[in-house]
Amino acid sequence: MVDTPETSRERDDPRRQGAAAGMADLKTWFVSEVLPLEQALMQYLQSNWRRAEDLADMRQDIYLRLYEAAKERIPQPTRPFLFTIARNILIDRYRRERIVPIDGVPDLETIAVPTQDPGPDRRAIARDELRHLQAALDRLPPRCREAIVLRQVEGLSRKEIALRMAISEKTVNRHLCDAMNLLLDMQRNAGEAP
Amino acid sequence: MTAREIQERAVEWVVQRQTDEAWSEADQTALDAWLAEIPEHMLAYWRAEDGWNRTELLGALRSFRPNAARQPDRTRSIWLRRAAVAAMFVILGGAAANYFAQPPQSTEHAYSTVVGEHKTLALADGSQIEMNTNTVLRANLSGGKRQVVLEKGEAFFQIKHDAAHPFTVYATGHRIVDLGTKFLVKTAPNRIEVALVEGRARVDSDGANEHSALLRPGDVAVATATSISVTKKTQPTLAKELAWRQGNLVFDNTALADVAAEFNRYNRQKIVIADPNVARLTIVGTFPATDVDAIINTAREVFGLHATQQNGRIVISR
Repeated sequence: MVDTPETSRERDDPRRQGAAAGMADLKTWFVSEVLPLEQALMQYLQSNWRRAEDLADMRQDIYLRLYEAAKERIPQPTRPFLFTIARNILIDRYRRERIVPIDGVPDLETIAVPTQDPGPDRRAIARDELRHLQAALDRLPPRCREAIVLRQVEGLSRKEIALRMAISEKTVNRHLCDAMNLLLDMQRNAGEAP
Repeated sequence: MTAREIQERAVEWVVQRQTDEAWSEADQTALDAWLAEIPEHMLAYWRAEDGWNRTELLGALRSFRPNAARQPDRTRSIWLRRAAVAAMFVILGGAAANYFAQPPQSTEHAYSTVVGEHKTLALADGSQIEMNTNTVLRANLSGGKRQVVLEKGEAFFQIKHDAAHPFTVYATGHRIVDLGTKFLVKTAPNRIEVALVEGRARVDSDGANEHSALLRPGDVAVATATSISVTKKTQPTLAKELAWRQGNLVFDNTALADVAAEFNRYNRQKIVIADPNVARLTIVGTFPATDVDAIINTAREVFGLHATQQNGRIVISR
């Protein structure tokens, strides 16, 4: 296989020349590099912000700020950039709500940004991902679980699921949506229910 | 609107789009309009769609865990087990033993390319397999089965996803399960390299200790009998590795020794470089894989080297 030295890779990569990234590139980067960090991000937010009901909005704010920056230039590496934004969002929130953080956050400027730790190796992440997915699936309400398994594991169409479960297609849809929302809440949240 | 409400809306769109068989142009226009409203919508949609795609992993799990779900197709599971046993044999015996004594099913077909040849197999389900030089594979695609054994060489797979019938590639003791993908598999004695261009795939080892790795686009997995390591490559680098599909070899500051080794994969006329100082010179450029003369001429003209015929081989020296 032909090996490419680091220098030429940098030269070839349009992102390094400051060219605006295309939407397809942005999506690929967001899905393959940002979303896998979500679990670590949520743990970080949880340990620095006490009101659990704010976390989803904070995550959205962080992704938005990250996305706006990435439109100019996709940040590489992603992890320290993401956590720097997360830290800034936390600081903004503290200021806005005029909270003097007591628990675990003695000083706004010293909120730790976990940048050095490269995380477990990819293999461990992949194994974890499957384990989490199965654990999350097991926690779904039975009808939701049945619908999503028939669809994604058995490969049945919506009509076939409706027949099999003796419910309307619309209800199948409802079960699939509920299942997906719960999975999204749980999958990257260390398998915990929200 | 809270982030959670946006998520719920995004999930509705994803589920509708993925399961509505009557999804129309008008539906797509409505979705596009919603996505364009604010970036939060698009980000939530990407996230929901990724979540949906990841649940398909469970479908792949089922395919090699007979206990995890119903296993209606008994002949398939027997075939799988036999392939696994043979694959372990390969690890013990090395590449020379990379041969199955008898085909598991009469419906199986063997395909091969000779040195320098490039062949594309178009499958009935719309999937494609491109075989690179000096490659042998066997495919069993009857009765809903989608299984390929890559005996040796290199092949690029573009697979139409079908959750009910996962596409599985076996190679030197490893199993690659596609989850809707384009990927490259390259075999070497006792190890394989899997490069994922699009979609998602999983690599499993059948060795004494089981390993598994999930690949995302840009990931390159190198799997041996005892380990799987995953690294990331940029799109330009992956594109170079796939240049053979257009019949080209792409070099970018590549040492002449490696250039010769690449050309030798594609040509009966072998290039030999004995002088280490010559071997270290580097080349940039794109060459037709079977045009040995082009690379010899470049060596002559750019570096002032000499090429001589010796025992049917071309020796490059100062």
